[in-house]
Amino acid sequence: MSTFVYDLIGLAAGVCFVLALKGLSSPKSARRGNLIGALGATIATVVIFFYAAPDKEGNATSLPLNNLGWILGAIAVGTLIGVPAARKVQMTQMPQLVALFNGVGGGAAALVAIVEYLSLGDGATTAVVIATVFTVVVGCVSFSGSIITFLKLQELMTTRPVVFPGGRFVIAGTLVAVLGVSGWVVAALGTTPLLILAALSLLFGILFVLPVGGADVPIVISLLNAFTGLTVAASGYVLDSTMLIIAGTLVGASGTILTRMMAEAMGRSLFGTLFGAFTAKPQEASGAAEDRPVRSGSPDDVAILLNYARRVVIVPGFGLAVAQAQHTVRELADLLIAKGIDVAYGIHPVAGRMPGHMNVLLAEANVPYEQLAEMDEVNPTFAQTDVAIVIGANDVVNPAAETTPGCPIYGMPILQVANSANVIFLKRSMRPGFAGIENELLYDPKTMLLFGDAKASLTKVVSALKGL
Amino acid sequence: MEPIAIISIFVLAVFVGFEVVSKVSSTLHTPLMSGANAIHGVILVGAIIVTSHSETNLELGLSVAAIVLATINMIGGFVVTDRMLEMFKGKKTEKKEAK
Repeated sequence: MSTFVYDLIGLAAGVCFVLALKGLSSPKSARRGNLIGALGATIATVVIFFYAAPDKEGNATSLPLNNLGWILGAIAVGTLIGVPAARKVQMTQMPQLVALFNGVGGGAAALVAIVEYLSLGDGATTAVVIATVFTVVVGCVSFSGSIITFLKLQELMTTRPVVFPGGRFVIAGTLVAVLGVSGWVVAALGTTPLLILAALSLLFGILFVLPVGGADVPIVISLLNAFTGLTVAASGYVLDSTMLIIAGTLVGASGTILTRMMAEAMGRSLFGTLFGAFTAKPQEASGAAEDRPVRSGSPDDVAILLNYARRVVIVPGFGLAVAQAQHTVRELADLLIAKGIDVAYGIHPVAGRMPGHMNVLLAEANVPYEQLAEMDEVNPTFAQTDVAIVIGANDVVNPAAETTPGCPIYGMPILQVANSANVIFLKRSMRPGFAGIENELLYDPKTMLLFGDAKASLTKVVSALKGL
Repeated sequence: MEPIAIISIFVLAVFVGFEVVSKVSSTLHTPLMSGANAIHGVILVGAIIVTSHSETNLELGLSVAAIVLATINMIGGFVVTDRMLEMFKGKKTEKKEAK
């Protein structure tokens, strides 16, 4: 295959990626967009097996590719790991998986750059060396950072911001060290400096994500996703592949925009997300709150309250996802509608662990689209709402976001359920939400708590309601 | 390739990337991130290229590992995005039937 044809096919793959992102931006074309993206990636991968690239000295090479057995074997192994993981994962664990996939992508880019670096000849231009070093650094940061976000989301480690004394100086120091060693590697071209650089970059990735609070983790995943895109673009420059430059840059640019949009949906600046933990004042007086009385009710109490309501707003959160209660909640809503009660779902843009998490979950239960109300739509209606049922959500309805300057979620727009006549919380325990902040609303006299697994509680409420 | 050609491609791709996702409802943020994530899995192509150039065992080991990771990223990423979007689709077909 001639270089011209090869590049032309690469361009076709690049066009597929543009169409894929465009498609993914609209609900109607999203699924097709994803398939077009997969098609582009397949074309780009398959064509490489039929193109004998000239080697570094410009001599022709022959097909099949060297190490073909290794290449095909490794692809088979990757497929055997990736596909079952993607197929079997539960909707609740989707965000972690995306974080993990992003991490391994960053790791792959870093490894490619390291191998490329090892085989750099004397003829390598400074620009190529810089691009290679850039890929190693950012790829490693993306890899270790994504692993930490995975651990946080999987709750294998604390979801609260991890801050230690002098933390910001350690981070700044690591960053300076990374930059310094980068300069050394570019100048000296040695394997040892490169390994030191990779280690420092991995450390920086960890330090960079540790102070980020649980609720902000999705924003960081999106940012690291954009980072990985840029490393792919840099690899494309080093490997002389226009297709990789286009694909990587597209992901880098769209990922940056997406990160900003997600941060805006949560009402915070990107800077605040990344460095908020250093500036926020430590939480005080939350210990005193724990002993205060709360009003807990039985499923029958909840059913009676609902039965005589005229308007009910259901506010789902991560607890709904954990309990897989989306079908039960729909059953409850259908029952209430049959009784002539006005029912709406109040969807906070970042309820759950990722933006849009609740929409996906409720869509799975075939909840009609018209019943889903976005935050701006539903907030003015709470004053006319008799009962707001908060199912496994906490931070997204926490009034502290509006009233307590300095708390980690201050400034995030919330669902103002406190304005409705009654609030029912379905909770597993008194444990605070993902962001780790006490919720004053739980102690409000108009709040009733129903403890237990969301699905079990809802099932009991449904049967109690049927008996009325 | 000429540096100016590369810079042109880069700058234009940045603008295209900005433009195509400039208006997305928050509902689609997660699938979009996941889809973009799968796209950067094409680093697989880079991994295959360096594997075919590998001469030492160290290079071969690292580049084969890169292929495994990139494949997981790319194929897993597209499959998981499709699963997310499948649920949106189910909702729409039902809506059509209702009308």
